[in-house]
Amino acid sequence: MSCRRPEHMAPPEVYYNEEEAKKYSQNSRIMEIQTQMSERAVELLSLPEDQACYLLDVGCGSGLSGDHLSEVGHYWVGVDISTAMLDVALRREVEGDLVLADMGQGMPFRPGTFDGCVSISALQWLCNADKKTHSPPKRLYRFFSSLYSTLARGARAVFQIYPENSEQLELITAQAMKAGFTGGLVVDYPNSSKAKKFFLCLFAGVSGVLPKGLESEATGRGVSSQAQFTAQRSRFKNMRGKSVKKSKDWVVEKKERRRRQGKDVRADTKYTGRHRRPHF
Amino acid sequence: MKLLTHNMLTSHVKGVVKGYPLVIKATEVKVNELEFNAQFVSRMIPKLEWSALIQAAEWLGQSQDLPSTLIPNYENDEEFLRKVHRILLEVEVIEGCLQCPESGREFPISKGVPNMLLDEGE
Repeated sequence: MSCRRPEHMAPPEVYYNEEEAKKYSQNSRIMEIQTQMSERAVELLSLPEDQACYLLDVGCGSGLSGDHLSEVGHYWVGVDISTAMLDVALRREVEGDLVLADMGQGMPFRPGTFDGCVSISALQWLCNADKKTHSPPKRLYRFFSSLYSTLARGARAVFQIYPENSEQLELITAQAMKAGFTGGLVVDYPNSSKAKKFFLCLFAGVSGVLPKGLESEATGRGVSSQAQFTAQRSRFKNMRGKSVKKSKDWVVEKKERRRRQGKDVRADTKYTGRHRRPHF
Repeated sequence: MKLLTHNMLTSHVKGVVKGYPLVIKATEVKVNELEFNAQFVSRMIPKLEWSALIQAAEWLGQSQDLPSTLIPNYENDEEFLRKVHRILLEVEVIEGCLQCPESGREFPISKGVPNMLLDEGE
């Protein structure tokens, strides 16, 4: 299997030409994978049951994910940069409404429009500068901030992505947080290089509980398959790897440090670093 | 492009303040049939800019005695909901363009797909 990443070969509107677009209506393996990921993304959206919602499909392409949205009874608007892919969607007579647009230029919709957003295998395209004038962080921010505004309060956006490396992931999450989103990464089948899938789950306006990643039955090691980020700073872990000042850990560490320096330090007892009443 | 989508579409060109509603200049319009979902229509009505919808319907010659202001208690008026369903989801602009009310910039519509791609600097 080729190890090349499509987004390194050409900009999306060039890569997804007619020949590539044909695969999305003829190659059953590609179609099956896209459909499965769409199902999982809708699951992660946690929409109210038995209610037809108005959704945005970013990078809708040939409409494979959109078809699943329609199947479940939702109405949707699909956005894509490739005319060839949208032509396939038109030929396939998808039920959603299609818009030709560049996600890096922002979502051209009024505030509070959509009940949710899905995006399958599209977001990583924003991380590469396809033109000299492109700045990936700026494009990501323009996309996320406009998306945040166009989502209804409490709506979610679920992105299935293929992150190239942790820097790219950090770039994406940093811009999403800057735009006001909370949420985190859900990883399905983290131990299988073939089955492993990444879903970035973002919440607009409310903090939600991050769904659990799927695990194959064989693991059972209880490996955490989530990385949650919120708008709040964590109170328990200092980013530089040191303990929070004045906590018991910090006191114990400081005493050890002073012992190493040869200073005279009281022995550790069960009262060491004990939490004192406020008047102390 | 369905009128539900048009009601939500706005110009996202940098610096444009009032890029909504986009003026519709249609050269080809189609009317399809779509299954009626009263619950969905009822839920979408509060999200709509009603005056923009009426204006869009007029531009397409599809006004069909839709009231110029929302009637109260529309949730229980099936006839009304069906009219809204028709105008939102069954009427489609196939060819034409959308024009920004502030700048006059045009976004072409081809095969029912509006082209919202911006140029450098927009």
